[in-house]
Amino acid sequence: MGDAEIIPIGTRGRPGRGTGNDKPSSAARSLAPGSAAKKSAPGTPASPPDEDKAAESAAGRLPEPRQPVAETPAENPGGTPGGALGEIPGAPAPAAPEAGVLRDHRHPTAGIPAVDWLAGFTTAAIEVFGDNWEPRLAAFLAFLRRRLTGDYVVDEYGFDAEITQRFFMTAIRPVAEKWFRIDVRGVENIPLEGGALVVSNHSGTIPVDGLMTAVTIHDHAHRFLRPLGADLVFKLPIVSELARKGGVTLACNEDAERMLKGGEIVGVWPEGFKGIGKPYSERYKLQRFGRGGFVSAAIRTAVPIIPTSVVGAEEIYPLVGNIPSLARLLGIPYLPITPFFPLLGPLGLIPLPSKWIIEFGEPIRTDVYDAGAAEDPMLVFNVTDQVRETIQQTLYSLLMQRQSVFG
Amino acid sequence: MGRVVLVTGVARDLGRRFARQLAAAPEVDRVIGVDISPPRGDMGAVSFARADIRNPVIAKVILREQVDTVVHMSVLPSASSGGGAAKELNVIGTMQLLAACQQSPDLEHFVLKSSTAVYGSSSRDPAMFSEDMDARRVGAVGFVKDLNEVEGYVRGFARRRPDVRVTTLRTTSALGPTLSTPLTAYFRLPVIPTVLGFDPRMQFLNDNDLLDAIEHATLSDIAGTFNIAGDGVMMLSQAIRRLGRPALPMPGFAVASFGSAMRQARLVDFSREQVAFLTYGRGIDTTRMREVLGFDPSRTTHDAFAEFAASVEPGLVSERRVRAAEASLLGALGGARAESAQLVGQLAGKGVQHDG
Repeated sequence: MGDAEIIPIGTRGRPGRGTGNDKPSSAARSLAPGSAAKKSAPGTPASPPDEDKAAESAAGRLPEPRQPVAETPAENPGGTPGGALGEIPGAPAPAAPEAGVLRDHRHPTAGIPAVDWLAGFTTAAIEVFGDNWEPRLAAFLAFLRRRLTGDYVVDEYGFDAEITQRFFMTAIRPVAEKWFRIDVRGVENIPLEGGALVVSNHSGTIPVDGLMTAVTIHDHAHRFLRPLGADLVFKLPIVSELARKGGVTLACNEDAERMLKGGEIVGVWPEGFKGIGKPYSERYKLQRFGRGGFVSAAIRTAVPIIPTSVVGAEEIYPLVGNIPSLARLLGIPYLPITPFFPLLGPLGLIPLPSKWIIEFGEPIRTDVYDAGAAEDPMLVFNVTDQVRETIQQTLYSLLMQRQSVFG
Repeated sequence: MGRVVLVTGVARDLGRRFARQLAAAPEVDRVIGVDISPPRGDMGAVSFARADIRNPVIAKVILREQVDTVVHMSVLPSASSGGGAAKELNVIGTMQLLAACQQSPDLEHFVLKSSTAVYGSSSRDPAMFSEDMDARRVGAVGFVKDLNEVEGYVRGFARRRPDVRVTTLRTTSALGPTLSTPLTAYFRLPVIPTVLGFDPRMQFLNDNDLLDAIEHATLSDIAGTFNIAGDGVMMLSQAIRRLGRPALPMPGFAVASFGSAMRQARLVDFSREQVAFLTYGRGIDTTRMREVLGFDPSRTTHDAFAEFAASVEPGLVSERRVRAAEASLLGALGGARAESAQLVGQLAGKGVQHDG
């Protein structure tokens, strides 16, 4: 045997899970050549001669590797690995390599001098915080301390501006700038102060367009968008927690009016699930704009409505199918099937890198109406239609300007 | 002539303290405390009548003592007892008390201490409830249903006796160093269970502010329904961090079963409403409290919680420890600055050499 140390990896050609069991698992048995040969057999009579030969040769070739499989248990009746050792020279003694592995076991951090640690830490700090790392690190530690001890303030909707700015926006920004390469137009239409209602089309199977609009408004207009979300958002664990911290509140008249009165920029997607969950074939066709509740909220609070058109979100997850029965079972409005989901599993969740354009349209003023106008259904419908038409026309013209989906 | 005030629910700590505080007010002549069992602490100038409000005896007390103000404080969530008993006490008790009040010619003012639990907690709640909103989801049984029924009976009483000023105070969770409620017991747990993936919004009220609010409503001549809460909103995660205690997130259904185990162990009372509150939270609008009732709590939600937290011994991740860790880390860095600068210089020099 000498002192060569061979570490056994795998099962030495035996089917099975490497547990050393004589019998392969059922999953391994179905992979074994025997079953493959059996499967190809019924197809052989119908197939052309050359394929037949191939099948025959395959059938002839494939059983060969089975030999050791069949023999090994016979050679090894006791089931002890030591029995095989004498017959196969050079095969490892199981105990020896294990001991060898244990002998080599050393703690990876042992023997690094403290000075190297310090130098490594300092260079890392410079790498992360820049040359002026010391005050920056102190500020970061203070931030960490404040978060750990709960020494921060949220507003009455649970909006945590600090976390939103430091983490959510920082995480979404690269996606907006590098992945979707958002082309932003009409930022000057967002007021620098005071309330406004951003009304946008909704698409993309999951509400990525809301996140992108929020980061765009934050980066270009330096205001936080306060989206209105469906009650499903607040029913789902984790989503609800993140949504509240990110400034979302429930899409109901009370909350919308309260936020608009408070001078916030409120985002609303009146198409709701009908818009976001529409099939790919109906892309860029606006659905019904709810019951116009957002218009009456804007009229009551006399804030401008900013019609916003988002191009590109339709292509990120092309919705080609739906499983309504399973969706009903899970209590969600639809269960999407895209060309890549659920076919590729988690990989299918990566959005396609379509080119986005977000255009903020000219504000529609509502302060010209008197307070009672919000109760006039005809007027509310008219304004709703005006907003919807504006967005639809803008969508068409933006689509004409866009060279290609991924351009 | 001063006023004669009848206060129900004085066996409980808050009721007893309120009765005492009211008895000290100059406008008040006499305070009669009523409950099934005698109060444990000092009642001061309050005279105690041992009576069950579900019993017609209460009508005799009101008539004989010429009570002109009734403060109903005994509507409480089921404390470790079954829901049926709590319903009996809350709903039937209120009905009987109102029936007794309706008979009394001297009655001028009725104050109900309700709770913001009347709004329930659900995923469809608006961010802030104002007084004219209703609960989005009222269960078939439970405290939310009871409270809504109680408030309904009180509104009915207000219609039948338009000469009586009826004030309903919906108070949010009170916190105080000596107070013992399901919520304070929850915050005193060494490890605080939370609902995984949810971070409810909460508002608190200092217990003295709560008593002041009821006193203010009792002595003023303003009728109506008012939300009472301290300013500001706090997230549950934030509250737990301020206590310096570890949170134990667990799925919603597990919290419910954990809650019933805790109830059996007589540690914390986790009712279904409590779990819903810990999941969805609640925010209430206090504009009317300030503008119509003219009451301003002396402490905000954050102050009230800080005062409570000071009375609880800090947990593992206390602020003191975090500050000490931060200081020692910064100190070590400051001490090592010169050394590290030198080292960086050396390393940079090495890098240049390698490049050369």
